[in-house]
Amino acid sequence: MLRLTDATYDDMVAHALDELPNEACGLVGAAPGTDKIERVYRCHNAAASSRLYEVDPLDHLKADRDAEGRGLEIVGVYHSHTHTDAYPSPTDVKQAPDPGWHYVLVSLKDPEPVLRSYRILDGAITEEPVELERR
Amino acid sequence: MAIEVEVRLPTVLRQHAGGQATVQANGETVGAIFEDLLRQFPLLKGQLLDDDGSIHKFINVYRNDDDVRYLDKLDTPVGADDVISILPAVAGG
Repeated sequence: MLRLTDATYDDMVAHALDELPNEACGLVGAAPGTDKIERVYRCHNAAASSRLYEVDPLDHLKADRDAEGRGLEIVGVYHSHTHTDAYPSPTDVKQAPDPGWHYVLVSLKDPEPVLRSYRILDGAITEEPVELERR
Repeated sequence: MAIEVEVRLPTVLRQHAGGQATVQANGETVGAIFEDLLRQFPLLKGQLLDDDGSIHKFINVYRNDDDVRYLDKLDTPVGADDVISILPAVAGG
């Protein structure tokens, strides 16, 4: 389960659109032991590519510190797929660093953006429900 | 005199270091600190260094605010007031 508010959902989708034609990427922070995303950290895509992403390492460090200062921790990563479905690619699975993380995909393949979230454990992809809290 | 520095570990590596988020290690370079970490926490083997002995491509290592890949990599000098942070490299397609 991944819980988002309007604001965190909209921020990830807006970032995906802002970054076109390249893939957008960023990190998400939650209070330890919870599934509710409190902060979205937009990161530079160091790969600057429409097919690959690489979270800028210094952006990651800054996000990690900011989260810690707020009593949060980084619990996942989001990135966009500009022309394919919101489903992890083989590269995403191979490079997934943390089995405890949420892997959020924003697909811009269709006119309406699609956001989905996954867990990736030992190469196995499991989709998880995304609950949107409307305010 | 041995220099002891603080090393911050990412969640994915803590399980190999007794669940600790922050550990202390001795060494005057990043490479020496990694050697000490591997002595203290043998389960970290294969997580910090590649087969050729360089920094594993799936992690990023920082001395304070600097990515050590842009300093002297494993030879980057470390002082007692420095903090070494290790984070996963986050990438995909």
